[in-house]
Amino acid sequence: MRIITGMPGQYIPSDYLPILIFMMIATAFGLGTLVVCSIFRPRRTYAEKLTPYESGNPPIGEPRMRFSVKFYIIAMLFVVFDVEVVFLYPWAVVFDKIGLFAYVEMMLFIFILLVGYIYAWKKDAFTWD
Amino acid sequence: MVEFPPLGPVMPEILMTGFALLILVLDLVIKRKETLAFLSVAAAAVVMYAVLGTSGVTFSGMFAADGYSMFFKLIFLLSLILSILISVKYIAIERVNYGEYYSLMLFSTLGMMIMASAGDLIVLYLGIELMALSTYVLAGFIRHAVKSNEAAVKYFLLGAFASALLLYGISLLYGLTGTTDIKGVAAYISDNGLAGNPALMLSVILFVVAFGFKIAAAPFHMWAPDVYEGAPTSITAFMSVGPKAAGFAAMGRVFLIAFASLQVQWAAILIPLAIVTMAVGNIIAISQTNIKRMLAYSSIAHAGYALMGVIAGTPEGLAGMMSYLLIYAFMNIGAFAIIIMLRSEGFSGENISDYEGLSKKHPVSAALMLIFMFSLTGIPPTAGFIGKFYVFMAAVNAGYTWLVVVAVIFSAISAFFYMRIVMYMYMKEPRREVELTTSPALGLALAISALGVLVIGVFPGRLLDLARIAITLGWGL
Repeated sequence: MRIITGMPGQYIPSDYLPILIFMMIATAFGLGTLVVCSIFRPRRTYAEKLTPYESGNPPIGEPRMRFSVKFYIIAMLFVVFDVEVVFLYPWAVVFDKIGLFAYVEMMLFIFILLVGYIYAWKKDAFTWD
Repeated sequence: MVEFPPLGPVMPEILMTGFALLILVLDLVIKRKETLAFLSVAAAAVVMYAVLGTSGVTFSGMFAADGYSMFFKLIFLLSLILSILISVKYIAIERVNYGEYYSLMLFSTLGMMIMASAGDLIVLYLGIELMALSTYVLAGFIRHAVKSNEAAVKYFLLGAFASALLLYGISLLYGLTGTTDIKGVAAYISDNGLAGNPALMLSVILFVVAFGFKIAAAPFHMWAPDVYEGAPTSITAFMSVGPKAAGFAAMGRVFLIAFASLQVQWAAILIPLAIVTMAVGNIIAISQTNIKRMLAYSSIAHAGYALMGVIAGTPEGLAGMMSYLLIYAFMNIGAFAIIIMLRSEGFSGENISDYEGLSKKHPVSAALMLIFMFSLTGIPPTAGFIGKFYVFMAAVNAGYTWLVVVAVIFSAISAFFYMRIVMYMYMKEPRREVELTTSPALGLALAISALGVLVIGVFPGRLLDLARIAITLGWGL
């Protein structure tokens, strides 16, 4: 990203102009939709329509409930190994250009994750009960 | 084909990674956690030895093992060793004697080492995150204590916020200069006369906020008292020295190299910051009744003193700041070691009133606490005096005499709350029987800290020479 400098002390980030326009259009579209709909939509409310899930199950209890910590562990393990795969893709694409260096680096990365895997395994993170 | 970068300069970090992983795995088979503590200390000693023999720049300037980083790494490893030594018995009393504790401490120190050596802002960020994430977990390590959980969550939320601000500062800087290389940023700013650019100033401010959070400088200090109070005491000792010193290491590099041509501007931000930090730390510490909380405010105040070395903006100032942080490691961990001694089964020993009459039954511990309190106040012949002396001297030579006068006044105020502990120990009658928990490791840590405080206090020349040599060996990457 380059910033075009005009007068000393002045700068115009013109490269970002499309982003600014995009933000403006997005805001206008969102607000516009809400305003137009509130003008045209019919207003007929009854108890059934005001439930959180219309034509769904009626909610039971508070939405804030405690989950078992196991879910979090599974989620974290998923993120760790998901990131590993995310790294493997670009690595595979440029592998023939970088060669041995990339190979060694990726093996080190996988080795460190492997240590984490062994740790998680031994700590029974993969068993549910 | 990409050539292998030379791995010599990163050898200490590679070793540290290996040891941290090894301890994590060994924890699965070794049932006696004291063995892990011993292995961690040995690992830290090996890494320390490797640090002393390492120099050079690698990964195309992204990583530099120079005199500056070497000195800081020695501070980190020293505080790591001392913190492990004071932990051994303590975490057993707190019923959190798990092996991950030591592994996380090694990872955190690894992050600090990467920060001190970073020649690139992305590497710096990487180091900060590795350090911070490990410390967040350690802060909440007493997982059955609500206070510890609160400390971890607070530290995490605010730390994540500070990291985001740092990233925002880095991205602004990258947008302006097209590089994240610390030296490259400096060259681009001076070549293109960017010094007055408002976006650049915004970036400087974001860096000040992010580093201000890491070193717990007011007004970014709000997390420190709660986190220091809630975290395990041994981790409080570790956190108040290591991450703070790492923050200063990164700060010195970024401000004195990348923002070298903006020195007038950032000094104008840092000077009020330093004054507010000293004021908040020293004045609020007076009203504390919990000693960990009091030392948290004291730690904020000490960040203010060390900040003056950065403000001076000279190699002398940096050398003063570096020796200050080393001295601070000795005296602060020493003081926390005494706090840990007072902790025993069913007795927290965290109230200042628990120190009443300590000298009657435990004269040695009281005498050691006296030395650390004198040193934290800055009374000769302890190291604390020398540390303050060098930092103040550098600030005077840089033309900030009035700032030094302010700092000395606040330093005099600090005598009130440090000396109160001494007064309680020696001039009051004990209100209850205080049993001390001792262990050989804790004794060793106390001996090292006390010796450090006294030897540096009596023969200060060596230390400053060391810091000066480290600076001349290179700090410009």
